Amino acid sequence: MLEIRNLNVEFSGKLAVRDTSFAVQPGESFGLVGESGSGKSTILRTVMGLNATWNGSISVDGQDVRKIPRKQLAKMVQMVFQDPYSSLHPRYVIGQQIAEPMKINGIANPERRTAELLELIGLGAKFQFRFPHELSGGQRQRVAIARALALSPKLLLLDEPTSALDVSIQAEILNLLNRLRKELGLTFVIVSHDLAVISYMCERLMVMRNAQPVETLTREQLRSGAIAEDYTKALIAAA
Amino acid sequence: MSDLVQIENLHVAFRNDDGGYNDAVRGVSLQLGREKLGIVGESGSGKSLTGRALLGVLPPYARISVDRMQFDGIDLKSASPKLRRSLRGGRMGMILQDPKFSLNPVMTVGKQIVEAIRIGDRRISGGDAKKKALGILEAVHIREPERVFGLYPHELSGGMGQRVMIGMMVVREPDLLIADEPTSALDVTVRTQVLSILDELVTRRGMGLIFISHDLNLVSKFCDRVIVMYAGRIVESIEASRLHEATHPYTRGLLSCLPQIDGSLEPLPVLNREASWAGAA
Repeated sequence: MLEIRNLNVEFSGKLAVRDTSFAVQPGESFGLVGESGSGKSTILRTVMGLNATWNGSISVDGQDVRKIPRKQLAKMVQMVFQDPYSSLHPRYVIGQQIAEPMKINGIANPERRTAELLELIGLGAKFQFRFPHELSGGQRQRVAIARALALSPKLLLLDEPTSALDVSIQAEILNLLNRLRKELGLTFVIVSHDLAVISYMCERLMVMRNAQPVETLTREQLRSGAIAEDYTKALIAAA
Repeated sequence: MSDLVQIENLHVAFRNDDGGYNDAVRGVSLQLGREKLGIVGESGSGKSLTGRALLGVLPPYARISVDRMQFDGIDLKSASPKLRRSLRGGRMGMILQDPKFSLNPVMTVGKQIVEAIRIGDRRISGGDAKKKALGILEAVHIREPERVFGLYPHELSGGMGQRVMIGMMVVREPDLLIADEPTSALDVTVRTQVLSILDELVTRRGMGLIFISHDLNLVSKFCDRVIVMYAGRIVESIEASRLHEATHPYTRGLLSCLPQIDGSLEPLPVLNREASWAGAA
């Protein structure tokens, strides 16, 4: 579903991602863990085309992202950001924000689909006339997820989807994401600094440090402690 | 009297649209010795407001009422704004959650720390203040303190900004530190370091620490005592090491909805809120 080979991303002379490769199978949930500045979010942003300069190769669904037209890519991959307080337009009502990508892409009946999406993420169609400031953090994150699903992408990139939320709300969002993955057959790439969240959500994970991968583990390896690198062990001990 | 802080029956209310008042903190009483007290609860449970009321930095439109509020024998209820201002920064410090909004964006971090030092000690020389600032940057585990000294806040990562702010607060060696989610923006590895700095201050200097957090596991490992707040009230107060034996259904609910590295993959239990939790505690 997603294949990244020898990715390098450079910001003003400093490598933010160095020689990183990994592949995510369709239907899989893949985690990226590591400290801030280790390059996890940069990888997601690069896949979405939000970084102009990079080299290496990225392919989504077998196609080189450089060759996929922008609009087409938006139908294949979508991203959910960390902070639901800044990722929604403050002066658009919820319904407008969810319908916007569908209108841009000329999808028929955006209003009906918006109502369906709001039902799907557990808010209900009556929320479409509300503004973001009328919603709680958890509700906003649900809206961000609904907007990401508007174009029915198969791959969702989730950048710290719950770290701005209370633990009680985190549980609700994680449950929602797992249900959506099952129902819609989605593939996830989840960035988090919380190993417990990754262990709960992902079948495989990659630990990153200083812009490069440290190791890749399966959930079973993480849980049974079959870990090679000291850095990963330190992360687990500190969690 | 060994208690550093005493609060009895604190209420904080904000005006609502209908002209009435909504209580955000409802009858909180607590004592703090020279120890680490954790306050946990969800957003909106009143934990930050409690800390801010103690420091005296609530907005003027907040309505505060309290039976007793003392800090090291000083009656804060009748204290003049001038006295309270002199306590803040010097004897009472606060670390806020987000360094992006709490540091001055147009001043290098070194200058800001030096400023904090010089407000506390007007006779210190520029050179000594700088030396002290570099020392504190090093103490909060910042690599290359000389370089970071000359940086602006936007040039720092979140974790570095947070450590700079902690440094700025602890450089005055306060008797009471209110840390409002001091580590939630930090990586686990940096978090351990920051906590050990705070821990050292409590043990070495006999500082009192109020540690506001929504991270139950962290609080149970780090603090001595924990207060659990829900809807403006204290629902449970328990020794931190025994947090996992907590009895209140709200505390139990918060604990059980955390995923574990080796936990079950079944859907996480979610909180079923009961009206009675918000009632009389």
